[in-house]
Amino acid sequence: MTNNLTPQPKRSTGDLLRPGSKLARRYLIEAQIGMGGMSTVYKARDMHFPNVVKWVAVKEMVNQARDPLVRKTIVRNFEREANILATLHHPAIPRIFDYFTEDNRSYLVLEFVDGTDLEALLNQTQGFFPEEQVLGWAIELCDVLEYLHNHKPEPIVFRDIKPSNIMINQYGRVVLVDFGIAKHFQVGQKGTMIGTEGYAPPEQYRGEASHLSDIYAVGATLHHLLTRKDPRMEAPFYFSDVPVRKVNPSVSPELEAVIATAVQYNPEDRFQSIADMRDALVQAAKKTGMLATISLGTRNIQAVPSDIQPKWKFECEDEVRGSANIANNTVYVGCYDNNLYALNAENGDFLWKYPTEGGIVSKPAIHDNYVFFGSEDYRVHVVSARTGKLIWTYYTDGAVRSSPFIAEGHIFIGSDDGYLHAINLVSGRRAWKIETGAPIRSTPFVHVADETIYFGTEDGMMYCADFRGQIRWRFRAKRGITGSALVSDGIVYFGAKDSMFYALDAQTGWVIWRFRLGKATISTPAIAEGLVFTGSVDGNIYALDARSSKEVWRFQTENQVTSSPVIYKDSLYCGSADQNLYCLEYRTGRLRWQYPTGGPITGTPLVYNDTVFVGSFDHFVYALPVA
Amino acid sequence: MQQTGELVTAPLSPDQLSNPAFASGDGLPLMPTLEPRQLIVGCGQSVGRQRQQNQDSIYIFTSLLASNNAQIPIGIYIVADGMGGHEDGDVASEVACRVLSEYLIRHLYLPLLHPDQEPPEQSIQEILQTGVQEANSALHKAAPKGGTTLTTGVIIGRQLTIAHVGDSRAYLITTEHGMELITRDHSMVNKLVEMGQLTAAEASEHPQRNVLYRALGQGEPLEAEVATYTLPKSGYLMLCSDGLWGVVQADEIQRIISAGPTPAEICQNLVAAANQAGGPDNISVILVQLPT
Repeated sequence: MTNNLTPQPKRSTGDLLRPGSKLARRYLIEAQIGMGGMSTVYKARDMHFPNVVKWVAVKEMVNQARDPLVRKTIVRNFEREANILATLHHPAIPRIFDYFTEDNRSYLVLEFVDGTDLEALLNQTQGFFPEEQVLGWAIELCDVLEYLHNHKPEPIVFRDIKPSNIMINQYGRVVLVDFGIAKHFQVGQKGTMIGTEGYAPPEQYRGEASHLSDIYAVGATLHHLLTRKDPRMEAPFYFSDVPVRKVNPSVSPELEAVIATAVQYNPEDRFQSIADMRDALVQAAKKTGMLATISLGTRNIQAVPSDIQPKWKFECEDEVRGSANIANNTVYVGCYDNNLYALNAENGDFLWKYPTEGGIVSKPAIHDNYVFFGSEDYRVHVVSARTGKLIWTYYTDGAVRSSPFIAEGHIFIGSDDGYLHAINLVSGRRAWKIETGAPIRSTPFVHVADETIYFGTEDGMMYCADFRGQIRWRFRAKRGITGSALVSDGIVYFGAKDSMFYALDAQTGWVIWRFRLGKATISTPAIAEGLVFTGSVDGNIYALDARSSKEVWRFQTENQVTSSPVIYKDSLYCGSADQNLYCLEYRTGRLRWQYPTGGPITGTPLVYNDTVFVGSFDHFVYALPVA
Repeated sequence: MQQTGELVTAPLSPDQLSNPAFASGDGLPLMPTLEPRQLIVGCGQSVGRQRQQNQDSIYIFTSLLASNNAQIPIGIYIVADGMGGHEDGDVASEVACRVLSEYLIRHLYLPLLHPDQEPPEQSIQEILQTGVQEANSALHKAAPKGGTTLTTGVIIGRQLTIAHVGDSRAYLITTEHGMELITRDHSMVNKLVEMGQLTAAEASEHPQRNVLYRALGQGEPLEAEVATYTLPKSGYLMLCSDGLWGVVQADEIQRIISAGPTPAEICQNLVAAANQAGGPDNISVILVQLPT
């Protein structure tokens, strides 16, 4: 056990651990592989696994503080850092296996990274690095920093981004090393700041580091990599004065512009989040055509050329924001031009349209030859499925953006008036309504067998009610719930604008697990084979394991995903505000194809009979063949 | 078909009568539907035939609130196998059980009881994960040289959440799917099996099959595997240490379970079977008959 250390003779501070010696009766030192600041790094073998060769990196910190109180503080800080490291799980962060303090030395045992750091790479090579290689590193670096900046409970600011802290492993992947541990040991002399000169932004010299400082340091590092000019040899903060292309004209203006933004003197002029910088880098890669050649480990961004041609497309008079439904070979879809359209599903021929007095985002429900839907004109409308003739309307006291759910002879629908309405299908009379005090824009989910209704409100409440209109339980998220819930196997899945995705026990309303997305979500989840899928305003489509809440994959689009994913056969279909309709393999998140429309897609795609129906802000309704 | 004390079973429905498992005699005996739905639990323990000391610990807590508004059975079941060969193994497994059960009762069970029912801030999975962390931390002081596995199943209503570290196991046993292992052994040999380096048969014979890469009390921060399952309509949850699963074959275990008659007696029979097969290790088993 590594906690049991027999007293060893004290070593003087200058001694290195000798190769062949054993540390803590467990780690057999192979060789010293690094030295810097107040730490030495050794390659060692973990002898707790005697039958295999398990390499580890042993980092030895030398604690030279004379004052015992300071010495204790340094050790405690070191342990705190080690504990943070222990909670980090990312392919670009070495895992920590062990830590302990012996005499006046502290040791970290880490995953051994087989590779070289970028400073060594600069020293060992001549000539400029190829731009796509640096771009690939840059995007991976942004990925891991995004992970750190979004770390819960406290974001982690790395504070020491520089070429020597970025390793490239044997697979060409970026690994971030040296987790600011050294910074705790730089007991400040007067005028010394925390962080490495040359790569650190002005505010860091005043001791005011934030995530924006990391962004500056990434820009500074990229500047160095592309120009081969070491900022430590130049005047401080010289980056803005020396654009990258001035030194290396082969760099694209797009990439130069990204770096220029990152290294702005004032923090507020830089990218405000590392995710924004990453997006900008990906954009630069796309524009220069390099995207196809950059292979990234953490996501799949093969830009697949689209050769999908729609079976038909139909132009409405305004944005198609809602989702379509289909029955009897007719597609019904509402439009922001206030009309409900009925189109022939085969060829897109216009059959009829029915005008309301407000925009329609509600997804129509079809039952018994009647079409039911809500409009921003405060009403629920019921029209003939065949002719579009009005049958009856039902008034609420607010815009109806929710979609109806039909069960047990009733329509359940929410309204901006703060009520969930249960309306008799035949008579059009209200059976009851439940007061919530906040607009209800989601579609209620009705579990017919259990006679329960689940619905969320814009003030963050998720309600479970029974068929008599009595509330069984309620749950409060921190922000509004716009997407609908999905109930499967006794668990209620839904996302909220507080960036959380929830799995609640359907019976008690207790949270079984929750998953933090990058940003808010208004999507309705889909589920298949133990995977639950959702989109987020952060631009990603997520696949989570329904049992363990672990992320299985995520797919990045270029703008908000406010549409909801839909599963059909072994594909997932989802739209994005980046104007594309995506088709992914749902088990792996691999892109099958994407179809660009002329505007954002916010509705949920409808898949029926090997055809995908989706509307876009470009006014069109598309029917695409399932490839 | 099973009458225990005052219990009167409901007559078999036509559906049950036509159940093929019942007709052919295979599978688990049909459970009568009990009103209210309740958990019936048995357990068994033995030091085995070859060890001096029992280093396993188990914890069982079964409760039910049944009223007009709610029928919520709640169960907390824990198996901990202290590391034999290390000192303090028995202390480690007991402390782990105590700390985890106390944490779960305080943070999960008690909040559920109060009529105002203010749900906890954390999710059920987070509470279990934290409970395991607390147990791990407690071992530093209580059993610094000891280690233990820790496998817990928490049933709330129809959902079962498992938190697991080590190579004790949890199974769901049903007629449809037989014995379904719902935990992953954190043993070196299982890692090799997962990587395709060993077959399961080779793993069961491997001299180092007891070596774990993840266990409580090792001085390293660790993460329990946590997952939630919807309980099957009928069947059993079984938690056991490797003194049972590593010694008695799965089909033999199933046969003993099918023979009944009650969970308590089944567990005594399972322990006896392990001892009969040599009893090389401490044996612990908890069997929860699931409400139908």
